[in-house]
Amino acid sequence: MLAQFGFGVFVLTFLLSLFSLIAAGLGYFYGSDRWVDAARRSMLLTFPIITLGTLSLIILLVTGHYELEYVYSVTSNDMPLYLKIIALWGGQAGSLVLWSWLMSAFASAVTLRNWERDRELLPWVIVVISFTQSFFLALTIFFENPFNRWWQTSGGDFVLRMFAPGGAVAVFPPDGQGLNPVLRNPGMILHPPMLYLGYVAFVIPFAFAIAALVTGRSDDRWIRLTRRWTLVAWLFLSLGLVLGMWWSYHVLGWGGFWNWDPIEVAPLMPWLTGTAFLHSVMIQEKKGMFKQWNMLLIILTYSLVIFGTFLARTGVLSSIHAFSQSSIGPVFFVFIGLTLIISIALLTYRWNDLKAEVEMSSWLSREALFLLNNLLFMSVLIVCFWGVIFPLISELVTGQKITVGPPWYQRTNGPLFGALMALMGIAPLSAWGRSTFTTLGRLLWKPSIPTVLALAAMVAFGVRNWIALVGFTLVAFVIFVTMFEICHEVRSRKKGRGENLFLAFWRLLGSNRRRYGGYIIHISMVVMAVGILGVELYQTTTQKTLATGDDLQISGYTLRYDSLTHIPNADGSSLTSAVVSVFRGGRLLGELHPQFATYPSGETATVVGIYSTLADDVYVVLIDWENASPAQAPFKVIHNPLINWLWIGSLMFIIGILIAAGPEPEKEDLRSMR
Amino acid sequence: MLVKKRFDILIFIAFIFLAFLPIPAISVSAQQPTPSPSDDEVNAIASQLFCPVCQNTPLDVCPTQACRQWRDLIREMLAEGKTSAEIKQYFVTYYGASVLSEPPLSGINWLIYIVPPVTFLTGAFLLFMAFRTWKKPASRPASVPNPLNSHGVESGPGAQAEDPYISLLEDELKKRK
Repeated sequence: MLAQFGFGVFVLTFLLSLFSLIAAGLGYFYGSDRWVDAARRSMLLTFPIITLGTLSLIILLVTGHYELEYVYSVTSNDMPLYLKIIALWGGQAGSLVLWSWLMSAFASAVTLRNWERDRELLPWVIVVISFTQSFFLALTIFFENPFNRWWQTSGGDFVLRMFAPGGAVAVFPPDGQGLNPVLRNPGMILHPPMLYLGYVAFVIPFAFAIAALVTGRSDDRWIRLTRRWTLVAWLFLSLGLVLGMWWSYHVLGWGGFWNWDPIEVAPLMPWLTGTAFLHSVMIQEKKGMFKQWNMLLIILTYSLVIFGTFLARTGVLSSIHAFSQSSIGPVFFVFIGLTLIISIALLTYRWNDLKAEVEMSSWLSREALFLLNNLLFMSVLIVCFWGVIFPLISELVTGQKITVGPPWYQRTNGPLFGALMALMGIAPLSAWGRSTFTTLGRLLWKPSIPTVLALAAMVAFGVRNWIALVGFTLVAFVIFVTMFEICHEVRSRKKGRGENLFLAFWRLLGSNRRRYGGYIIHISMVVMAVGILGVELYQTTTQKTLATGDDLQISGYTLRYDSLTHIPNADGSSLTSAVVSVFRGGRLLGELHPQFATYPSGETATVVGIYSTLADDVYVVLIDWENASPAQAPFKVIHNPLINWLWIGSLMFIIGILIAAGPEPEKEDLRSMR
Repeated sequence: MLVKKRFDILIFIAFIFLAFLPIPAISVSAQQPTPSPSDDEVNAIASQLFCPVCQNTPLDVCPTQACRQWRDLIREMLAEGKTSAEIKQYFVTYYGASVLSEPPLSGINWLIYIVPPVTFLTGAFLLFMAFRTWKKPASRPASVPNPLNSHGVESGPGAQAEDPYISLLEDELKKRK
C-alpha cells in the first residue's frame, strides 16, 4: 500500500513539474502573470509532495519490505537503522530519487526568493528547472522505479512489476541482500548527497543564464543573482569530491585517494568548468567583457553535471555493450544532447547582443591572467573528458578495450596543475586594467626571497626529484605571496585605523569576503598539493607474510605482528582482526587493528589500520585473509608521507568557501537601508 | 633573427609533445631466475597491470581469487627468470591491451597522446591571437592604488560597477524603462 502511495506521489510530482513547465511557458508567451504565478506555486509544491514519496521509500527500506526489489537489493535484517535509511542512495533507483528530491528542494528555495526586481527572468528559470526535474522524475517513474516488486507468474517465473501481472502472486523474501559492504562507511554515507547537492545547485545558475538568454538581458544581473548559488554548488561538489577521496583512502585499502577512475573523473569535470566560471565571471562583473564565454561555461557545467550522472548511472563506463543494454543510457544521452544543442543554439542566437568591446591593455592584467586560468582549467577538462571517452571510442572503432590509467592522467595534467599553482601566486597581485613586469616585480620580489630560501633548503636536505622541487617551490611561492599580501594589508589597517593586529586581521577578512575567502582557498589548494605530492612522489609499499612476533621495516618504522582474532557473528558475517604494534627508534608508538569483514552474501570489506602523524601515515592492510591465522598473516604496509595535509587543506578549503560565500558587509548595509 | 625565433617555437612545441608521450619502460634483458620472488617483486609488476576482469582495478590490489592466481602466475614467471617486459607482454597477449595502464602507441591509440597537447596549443594560440586584437594602449591611466589596497584591486574603472549604491541605482533605472 505504501509502495503504491509512494509511486503515486512521484507521478503527482512529475505532473506538477510538467504543469510548471507548461504554465511558465504559456505565462511568458501570453505575458500572463497568473500563469507564471501558477507555475511558481506548483514548483514550490513539488518539494513537500516529493518529500512524502521519498519518506515512503525510506519507511519501506527501514521496515524491511523485501517484496520490493530495491529494498531487497540494498537492505537486510542485520543492518542498523541508520544504514537502512542511507540505503536510499545505495543503488541506482534510490540515487535517482535522491537527485529529484534535492532538485526539488533547490527549486522550491528559488521560488521563495523575492522576484519583484527580476520578474522577467522567472518564467524561464521555472521552465529550465522543471524540465530538468521532469526528466529525472520520468526516469524514476518509467525506467528505474524503486517501488517495483517481485511477482511469481503462474508459469513459476519471477518478474518485476509495479502492479500484479495476471495470475501472478506476490513474493515476500524473508531477508534482503544488504548494502554493499564498501558503502557502509561514513565517507560513502555523505559522499553521494554532497555530490548531488553540488550537481543540482549548479542547475540554478544555468537556469538563470538560460532565462537571461531567452529574455535578451545582456547585463550581468544573472551572474550577481546566482553568485551565492554557484558558490553553494561549488562548496557541495568540492565536499563530495573530498569525501570521495577520503572514502577511497580509508575503505578500498589501495593506499591512495585518487585513481583517475572515470567514476572519479566524472564529478571533477563540472568542478573544473565551475571553477573556471567562478573566476571568469569576475571579468564580466568588473569589465563587462566575455559575456558569451561565461554563458558557454555555465552551459558546459550543466551538461557535465548531467553527463557525470549519466556516466555513474548508465553502465557506459564498463563497456559500450552495457550502455546499449542499460534502460536509461540512451534516454540520458538524448537529454544531454537536446539540452546542449538548445542551449548552444540560444547562445548563438544572442551572440551579437552579448558582444562587448574587449579592451586589454596588458598581458599581465588581472583579466588577462584570468583568461589564462580559464585556458588551463579547460585544458584539464579536455584531458579528463578525453581520458574518459577515449576507451569508449577505441572500443567502438577497433572492438578492443583499452585502459587509460593514472600514469597518463598524471603526466598530462601535471604540467597544467603546476601552471595553475604558479598563476595562483601571481594573479592575485596583478591589477585590473594594467599590470607591468615592473609593478608585479615590485610586489613579487619580497615573497620570492623566502621561496628561493625554501628551494635552497630542500636542495640542502637532499631533495633531488625535480617534480618535488618544482611542486614544493610553487607551494611555498603561493603561501608566501598570500601571507605577504595579507600582512601588508593588516599592517596598513593597523597603522591607518589604530586597530590591534588581531582585530585588523579579522576586520580585513570581513571587509572583502570574496577576496580573502579566495586567498584562503588558494592557500588550501597548495596545502592539499603538499599531501598529493608527498603521496605521488614518495609513497613506499611493502608486503610480507609475518609469523607472530615477526616484524617488518618501512621508512624508519618497525611493525610487529602480535595476534589475530576471528569473530563470527550470528548473522553469518565475520570479522578477522589483527593486532600490529608500530615502533620507531625502538619506542612503541601504538597498536593498529587492520581488519577484514566477510558477509553472508560473499562480499568482503577491508578496514585499514592507520598510524597518522602530520608528517606521514603508516597504512596497514590485512590482505589475503583466507590465509591469515594467529600463527601467521599476510600484510601490505604503505608509507604515505604528508598525506594528512591533503585533509587539512580540504578543511581549509571548505572554510575558505564559507567565508567567500558569506554576506558582504556593504550589501548588508544597503539592505538595511532599503 | 626571425628564423631563430621560429626555431625556438618549434623546439617549444616539440618539448610539449614529448612531455605528453609515455616514457618507455627500460627492460632488463638478462634477468637471473629468482628462486622465490618476494611479494614486493611480484607487486612491482602487478601494479603496472590492470585486472583483466574487474573495472579499473590495478592487479596488485585486486582482492578477487582470479587476481590472486594471476599474481601467483607473475611469481612463477619471475622464478623462471622472465623479465618484467616479458611478463607484461604475456598478459597483453592473453587478455588484450586493456591490462596495460596506458594504451600502446599503435593505431588510433595515438590520438590519446596527441589530442590533449594539440588542443592546449590550439587554445593557447587562439588566445594569443585574440589578445593581439584586443590589446590596445590603455585609454585611461592605470588604477590608482588607494591607501588600503596598494594594488588597486578594488579601484579603477571596474570599481564603479562594484559600488552597491550605483548598481542599485542602475537596477532601479532599468526597472523603470
